[in-house]
Amino acid sequence: MWESFGFEFFNFYFIPGLVLGCIYALGAIGITLTFGILRFANFAHGEVMMTGTYLTWTFSMVFATMFGISLHPLLAAIPAIPATILLALFIDRYFYKPFRKSATIMVVIASFGMMLVVRSLVQVIWGPNQIVFVKGIAKPNEAVRDFTSSFDMMLLIPNKHFWIVAGTIIIMGLLVYLLGYTRIGKAMRAVSDSPDLANVTGIDVDYVMRATWIVGATCALAAGVFLSMDTQVLETTMGFRMLLPMFAAAILGGIGRPFGAVFGGLVIGLAEELSAYPWIGDTPLLSPGYKTGVAFAIMVFMLIVRPSGLFKGRTF
Amino acid sequence: MTTSAAQPILEIKNLHAGYGQSEILHGLNMSVFDNEIVAIIGPNGAGKSTAMKSILGLLTISQGDVLLKGEAVTNTPANQVITKGIAYVPQTDNVFVNLSVQENLEMGAWTRATGIQEKLNQMYELFPDLKQKRKQAAGSLSGGQRQMVAMGKALMIDSDVLLLDEPTAGLSPKYRAQIFTIIRDIRDSGIPIMIVEQNAKQALGSADRGYVMVDGGNRHEGTGTELIENREVARMFLGGRE
Repeated sequence: MWESFGFEFFNFYFIPGLVLGCIYALGAIGITLTFGILRFANFAHGEVMMTGTYLTWTFSMVFATMFGISLHPLLAAIPAIPATILLALFIDRYFYKPFRKSATIMVVIASFGMMLVVRSLVQVIWGPNQIVFVKGIAKPNEAVRDFTSSFDMMLLIPNKHFWIVAGTIIIMGLLVYLLGYTRIGKAMRAVSDSPDLANVTGIDVDYVMRATWIVGATCALAAGVFLSMDTQVLETTMGFRMLLPMFAAAILGGIGRPFGAVFGGLVIGLAEELSAYPWIGDTPLLSPGYKTGVAFAIMVFMLIVRPSGLFKGRTF
Repeated sequence: MTTSAAQPILEIKNLHAGYGQSEILHGLNMSVFDNEIVAIIGPNGAGKSTAMKSILGLLTISQGDVLLKGEAVTNTPANQVITKGIAYVPQTDNVFVNLSVQENLEMGAWTRATGIQEKLNQMYELFPDLKQKRKQAAGSLSGGQRQMVAMGKALMIDSDVLLLDEPTAGLSPKYRAQIFTIIRDIRDSGIPIMIVEQNAKQALGSADRGYVMVDGGNRHEGTGTELIENREVARMFLGGRE
C-alpha cells in the first residue's frame, strides 16, 4: 500500500502542497486584511513580499561578509521586518492615502502602478536575474526518515519544510491572539466590520489602518522568505506569480476573514500540487504547467457560486 | 423646566450644513439642557439625521456653531467629538456584527484609558439582557438587543450627552417601550439625551422637550405635551384631524 500509493503521494505531492499552502496562507492574510479594512484589492502586496525577501537576502549577505557566518534565512529576516513594514507604510501614506475618499478603482489602479514601480526598483537595485537564496540540495531529515521507515512509511521531509510549517503555525497562533485578545486586534476586526461605525465609536481609524499594514507586511515577508527557502532562489517575479493564488485563497476563505484566508491558502496549495498527481493511469491528472490554472479555476468557481467565500466574507 | 440662565449642555446655533454643495440645514437652532430628553420629530427629509451628523462632524458645517458645554466643537472630526463627550448611536448598522457583545462595548471604550471594567459592569446593570449574551456575536442578536448593544457601546465613554438616531425604528412595540424606559433611566442617571424619532407620539410622550423640524429648520418648539396638543403638529405628524 505505502509503496504503491502513499510514498509518492505524501512525499512528492501532499507535503509539498501543504508547504505551498502555508506560504499562500501567509500571503493571503495580508491581502484579506487590507481588502477587508481598506476596501481595495492591493496588487502591490506580492511586491512588498518580494522586496522583503530581497532585503532578507541582503542582510544575510552583509552579515556573511562582515562576520563570515551564514545566517539562517529566518534570522536574517528579523532585520528585514521593520524595513518591510516601513515600505508598506510608505506606499500607503504617499500613494494610497490620497485616494482614500475617491472611488475604489482609483486606489486599485494606484496599487497596480505601485506593483510595477516597486518591482522595477528592485530590478534596478538587485538586477533582473535569479539569485540563489539558499545553496545546496535540501536533504531529507534523517531522523524522520529513519523513524518513519521503521513503520514502513518512509517520509522524506527536508528541514526547510519543518521550518516553514512550524513558522506558519507560530504566526497563526500570534494572529489568533492579536485579533481575538488585544485591543488593536479587536479594533481591526471592528474597522473591517464597518469603518464608518468605527469612526463614530471614537476609534482612530487611521491608526488601525497603519496597524493593518504592519500585520500584513510582516505576514507577507514571512511568506516571501518561506517561499525562497523552499525554492532556494530569489526572483523579482516571485511576488507577481504569488498574487493570483493569494487572491484565490483570500476569496475562497472570504474577504476580511484572516482564518478563512489561511484555510483558503492550504486548500489552494494542496489543490495545485494534488492536481498533478497521477490519479488516473500513470500520467499526471493535470500537467504541472497548469498549476496556476487550478488556483484561477477555484477563484472563478468561487466567485460564481459563492462570492462571499467559505466563511461568509465581505462582498463588494 | 428649562431656564434661560442655565447653560445648555449641547447647543446648536444658526447651523447651516449639508453634503458638499447641497445645503440641507438652513439656520437650525436647538439646545439640550441637563436632565432632559429632547425629541426631534419631523417629516422625512426635514434634516433630522443630518442635524445629528453635523454635530458629529460627519458633514461640513458652512455657518453656525455647535457648542458642547459652551465650547465650540464645530467641524471637529467625529472621533474627537466623541472623546469630548458626545455619545452617538447611528440609525442603522450601529453594532459591529462580527464582534461579540462584550467586544462591542470594549470598542465603545476605545478613547478611555481607565475604568473600563466599571463601565462594563454599569452597562450590564443597565442592560441585564446583554450580560448572559456577552460572548455572542452582536450580529446574532434580535433588533431590540442590538439596539441595547449600540446604546451601551455609545455610553462606554464619559458622555455629557447621548444622541440617538431613531433608536426604535423597526422594533416591535414591546422593545419600543423597553427602549423608551431605558432612555428615561439614562436621563435619570445624569446623561441628557437628544433623540430623533419617527414614532412622534411615543417620542414626545417620553420627551421633556421637543423640536419639530421642517425643511432644514426648526418650525415648533415646546414641551412634549405642548407639541402633542399643538394642532398643526398633530395634523402633520400625529395622524390627528382638525
